[in-house]
Amino acid sequence: MSLMYRPTAAQQMKVVVGVKRVVDYSVKIRVKDNKVQTDNVKMSVNPFCEIALEEAVRLKEKKIATEVIAVTVGVKKADDVLRTAMALGCDKAIHIVVPDAEAATLEPLAVAKVLAKLHEELKPDLWILGKQAVDGDFGSTPQLLAGLIDAPQGTFASEIAVADGKVKVTREIDAGRQVVELNLPAVVAADLRLNQPRFPNLQSIMKARKKPVDTRPIDKLGVDTKPHLATVKVEEPAARKAGIKVKTVEELFDKLRNEAKVL
Amino acid sequence: RMSTRALGKALVIAETLEGKLVPATLAAITAAAKVGPVTAFASGKDAAAAAEQLSKVAGVQQVLVASGAAVSSGLPEELAPVVKSVVETNGITHVFAATSAFSKNVIPRVAAKFDAMPICDITAVQGEDTFVRHAYAGNVVATVKSADAVKFATVRGTSFERAAATGGSAPIAAVAEGGAASGKSKWLEDLIAKSDKPDLATAATVVAGGRGLKSGENFKLLEALAAPLKAAVGATRAVVDAGYCPNDMQVGQTGKTIAPTLYIGAGISGAIQHIAGMKESKVIAVINTDADAPFFQVADYGLVGDLFEAVPALTKLVKG
Repeated sequence: MSLMYRPTAAQQMKVVVGVKRVVDYSVKIRVKDNKVQTDNVKMSVNPFCEIALEEAVRLKEKKIATEVIAVTVGVKKADDVLRTAMALGCDKAIHIVVPDAEAATLEPLAVAKVLAKLHEELKPDLWILGKQAVDGDFGSTPQLLAGLIDAPQGTFASEIAVADGKVKVTREIDAGRQVVELNLPAVVAADLRLNQPRFPNLQSIMKARKKPVDTRPIDKLGVDTKPHLATVKVEEPAARKAGIKVKTVEELFDKLRNEAKVL
Repeated sequence: RMSTRALGKALVIAETLEGKLVPATLAAITAAAKVGPVTAFASGKDAAAAAEQLSKVAGVQQVLVASGAAVSSGLPEELAPVVKSVVETNGITHVFAATSAFSKNVIPRVAAKFDAMPICDITAVQGEDTFVRHAYAGNVVATVKSADAVKFATVRGTSFERAAATGGSAPIAAVAEGGAASGKSKWLEDLIAKSDKPDLATAATVVAGGRGLKSGENFKLLEALAAPLKAAVGATRAVVDAGYCPNDMQVGQTGKTIAPTLYIGAGISGAIQHIAGMKESKVIAVINTDADAPFFQVADYGLVGDLFEAVPALTKLVKG
């Protein structure tokens, strides 16, 4: 009779969520004197990172994830996104602190290298990042991380299902959707429709204030974070010529056909 | 004294839709040609058909094909090592691809292998190391200079002229592929709605709807206007989230970027994020009951009115 090893129902599954503090999506950013004006603007958790956090917390509630760690790479003030993460249910938080002067030029590639370094240490089964940060709009960090650690990637995820050491990811692609199955450890990039994030309640926010955050300066990680891109110039896009209001549908049709000649 | 290596060597990763090269790939070839001679790369299940079409594109010097089973589904885990090998074997200095869900999936993963910072969704090439792109939902235009030995960029298809589809006669060669798939990922299925309607990314006219439509059913009104115009129908993020429309119709900062000759928006308030995806449209017409809707600020022609009356009325006028 052979002895079969049966894993216990509650297998250890560690999920790490990358979270970024960004200019709030509702702010219309201005550029002046070759500089993006970010002083005193409203800052928030990147919307896609909120979705990533929510997905990780749901995995924990379903008893699939046994530990959820939130990580941010940012300035000192970025610890507020970790407070939100812990208020939502993350077990631990890691803050890789970046000096203010360096933060403006920190690139997705550098962040991916930091996360790859943490991957060696934490050895998670699943990384969930937001697909895109609404400030830089590069939408590259999850893929860069996956490439650096040579893990499979599920980008533009609108649904994920973890089972038997794999994650099935439904991805939004240009023509519709695609389903792939990835071995763990994997990197998932959360898209808009993955879930609807919850708001943390006041009690959890208060409790989160007392939880410890593992804070480390970025220069102690032994990772090369210098930028590869130099910004030559930043400016606002050319403004469109002002348009006119028409009073009737007939007038609209006439303008489009006879003036703009596009109908 | 001129540098001995004045030109780079560009690789363009091509993309097809139903066996045909996407127009945006032709735009990426134009962008790539600005840095040096262009090698086109075809892969996936339509690799052979793509290669044939690429060999005829003006400006393509060479076509490389990867048609093995491992890369047939476009899995980035399998494609990245093949592209890496192509770059190294051919002395490639720049890797381009038209911005799309496919290229956004592959380009950064390959860039990581070369310790390169990918430059996403470029709208201009100003030199072999200088590119223009947008940030903050299109409100910041940044000119960046890359110090990477091999540079990676996705190219906004609406920002460059499409290379001519005929006039070229490039040789086609198969690339060495790694052999069996790594098995780290598996393609299960594609869920694509078959449509005979014009492609949103390239249609000359787009009719788009937002929350003002109130239901998915009401999108029929927009389809009725789109039909005689041979237009594509687009949607805002809000209505896709609400389930009125499928995700492939979403136009915006995190959806598709379009630049049709005519864009008609009905029942759309004009959030920054939606505008980011269509503000390069040549002519913008906006229909909304709210005179203060922000969308009117980018409209060439604005009609303050009820779309449930205006859209059918406009359809009638269009049909003559």
